[in-house]
Amino acid sequence: MSTYTTLANFAQTAGLLYFVGMFLAIAVYAFWPRNKKRFDEAAQIPLREE
Amino acid sequence: MSLWNKHAIFEKNSIVLTVGILVVVAIGGLVEIAPLFYLKSTIEKVEGVRPYTPLELAGRSIYVREGCYNCHSQMIRPLRDEVERYGHYSLAAESMYDKPFQWGSKRTGPDLARVGGKYSDEWHVAHLANPRSVVPQSIMPGYAFLSRAEIRPEQVEGHLRSNRLGGVPYTDEQIQNALTDLRAQVNPDSPNVQALQVRYPGATARAFGGNPAAAGNGTVTEMDALVAYLQVLGTMVDFRTYDARANMR
Amino acid sequence: MAAFAATAMLCLFIASGSVDPAYSFHVYLFAAASVAAIFALGNRYLARPAVIPQEINGKPNYNMAPVQFATVAAVFWGIAGFTVGLIIALQLAYPVLNFDLPWTNFGRLRPLHTSAVIFAFGGNVLLATSFYVVQKTSRARLAGEIAPWFVILGYNFFIVIAGTGYLLGITQGKEYAEPEWYADLFLTVVWVTYLLVFLATLWKRKEPHIFVANWFYLAFIVTIAVLHLGNNAAVPVSIYSPKSYIVWSGVQDAMFQWWYGHNAVGFFLTAGFLAIMYYFVPKRAERPIYSYRLSIVHFWALIFLYIWAGPHHLHYTALPDWAQTLGMTFSIMLWMPSWGGMINGLMTLSGAWDKLRTDPVLRMMVVSLAFYGMSTFEGPLMSIKAVNSLSHYTDWTIGHVHSGALGWVAYISFGAIYCLVPWLWNRKQLYSNRLVEWHFWVSTLGIVFYISAMWVAGIMQGLMWRAYTALGFLEYSFIETVDAMHPYYVIRALGGALFVVGALIMAYNLIMTVRQGEVAEPESAPALVPAQ
Repeated sequence: MSTYTTLANFAQTAGLLYFVGMFLAIAVYAFWPRNKKRFDEAAQIPLREE
Repeated sequence: MSLWNKHAIFEKNSIVLTVGILVVVAIGGLVEIAPLFYLKSTIEKVEGVRPYTPLELAGRSIYVREGCYNCHSQMIRPLRDEVERYGHYSLAAESMYDKPFQWGSKRTGPDLARVGGKYSDEWHVAHLANPRSVVPQSIMPGYAFLSRAEIRPEQVEGHLRSNRLGGVPYTDEQIQNALTDLRAQVNPDSPNVQALQVRYPGATARAFGGNPAAAGNGTVTEMDALVAYLQVLGTMVDFRTYDARANMR
Repeated sequence: MAAFAATAMLCLFIASGSVDPAYSFHVYLFAAASVAAIFALGNRYLARPAVIPQEINGKPNYNMAPVQFATVAAVFWGIAGFTVGLIIALQLAYPVLNFDLPWTNFGRLRPLHTSAVIFAFGGNVLLATSFYVVQKTSRARLAGEIAPWFVILGYNFFIVIAGTGYLLGITQGKEYAEPEWYADLFLTVVWVTYLLVFLATLWKRKEPHIFVANWFYLAFIVTIAVLHLGNNAAVPVSIYSPKSYIVWSGVQDAMFQWWYGHNAVGFFLTAGFLAIMYYFVPKRAERPIYSYRLSIVHFWALIFLYIWAGPHHLHYTALPDWAQTLGMTFSIMLWMPSWGGMINGLMTLSGAWDKLRTDPVLRMMVVSLAFYGMSTFEGPLMSIKAVNSLSHYTDWTIGHVHSGALGWVAYISFGAIYCLVPWLWNRKQLYSNRLVEWHFWVSTLGIVFYISAMWVAGIMQGLMWRAYTALGFLEYSFIETVDAMHPYYVIRALGGALFVVGALIMAYNLIMTVRQGEVAEPESAPALVPAQ
């Protein structure tokens, strides 16, 4: 039982931090102002082809 | 030179992307699956669950082959109506030798986790051959052809052996005697019945498919096998001695 | 070529030892296919052009013949799969249609239906669109000449093996993963080749950025490979037998199965088709995607959350509670990225909504997004344990699946096919937009019949199972609940029939487009690849 409790406690705390961290990292990457131009350009890819 | 470098980075990017996907996707699977193999509480401690006899195993393969799992579950949930309708809720231990598991996902027909012993062999044979002869509103297909098909004797041992490779504790003795056991279980007069029951405690020998004459000749039909399998479902654990408290998780 | 020759020899060797006639049949099919492949390769070698140019007049020399093949295969398998679905729907309403023969039973036909629509129809749509999109958005010719053909033909050969296997009683008995060990092994080879062709095409790209649709395709290809290998680990009885036993047992096998099963939905039927959305919706609407940034968040959030959701198929079972709770939590969270993606697709049309009136193809794709939104709302709802205790094992699940499968997957596929056929066969437009309208309305009516019948039937069934009399006895026997389903099964079959009719209208329209459509101005050099 104690293995289970320790494991569960660890998973719950570490998991929460990990998820929040991952989400923030992705959001920051996606919305970082300097990346905007690149993404706008990428969005045009399907429309630019011959 | 600089152009080459740039190109290399782009090439790497798709690999980075692939690896990123793999990592992200692996986490969820690992966290949910891996503990099931080492947390002891995953499978309850119970007595009575044994590997299937060669006949029951052959019946199980027919159950799988005919896609019974498409309409029948083998998993009673701990909900009041299900326990009253079908019996004690299913334990993980009861399917610990099931390859693959047949818990199912749909109940077009009723749950079969504890169907064993609820109906007579004759009822099963009649019902499988023509379901509407015993249950007029039934929408189940008929399986009369099972009585005409024989279980092939060639690979009976092989089936047990490949189960053992996957972790089912079949003994050498059980594997060597697989074909004898298969035939003995449909022929109650066979001298080998006793040895079968030593190897597989609780197994019963009957002409399950309702054709004792053929069974006496060593002919085992698919009907024999399937009914034997259905009749053992959910009967291995004696719930009078099962301690649910000890297995709380 | 040596590999194919070796395969042929091995197959003949196995056939000589097999005791199972169905298995022998499959082994001979493999041998025949290998021999055919040797001839095709030899032929191709003799007739090879000097060098296939990567570019002609500065424009990429796209390799569209494999895409054409997969598109045709998708239409063919789609109609076959929908028809089998209709047959099994009728069998549930009128059991006499089972004919009580081994190979026409519901139990064998149902996997045929699911595999035909998911893997044969959906799979070919994904192969066709992924090979199309990766070339166009990379501005590069598909990598390899033989490899893409091996992927397309090999995949369709796998479908034939799987489908005939079900009818002959060769199955693993794991939902959506029924093909046996030898078919699984072959698919693994095909799939790895697919991944390599896709990656190698990306490496050749002229665009600095990998367009987001390709991210989704890549996630689909990579994850399906992982799922396939994990879920199908099996020990064959012998090489002379089609039968194998899964390495996992009981509760672990259940977890593996639904980790696989739910992510077949998540990565095959969602990520792959979202890739279609991210390319075809902007292309058809002639506007860039609403927010490329949102699409990045959408991508990572979706693939990250989806993989956890499997246990919601196992609520209240013997799976430990902690795993069920995890599955439920992530399933609910999954609602957010799903709707993020839907909004991203829908808002792409902002400022161009008028196109919905004039372009029925675009309308089909937009409606598919609406259905996507609906089923990704319903899914998290059904994953809540309290709701699931009612909905699980009932036809509500079937209704939910079909609102996603018919409304989302099939509609976005139809949209993509309607776009692809004129582009691939160099036609100005479709043969008839009116027929697209007919297809749209007939099949929409079909979907409405289907899912509303299943909702009512499923909820009714769930409530009847748990109904008690005033004296505290269960009110209904099981067979009474089966009997009560009958009218809804008839309505469902009617809905299915309408959907089949819609698909037939589409097939006619596409054939006429290729045969009689006006040729578009030559935009690029015709493909130099000889048809195989």
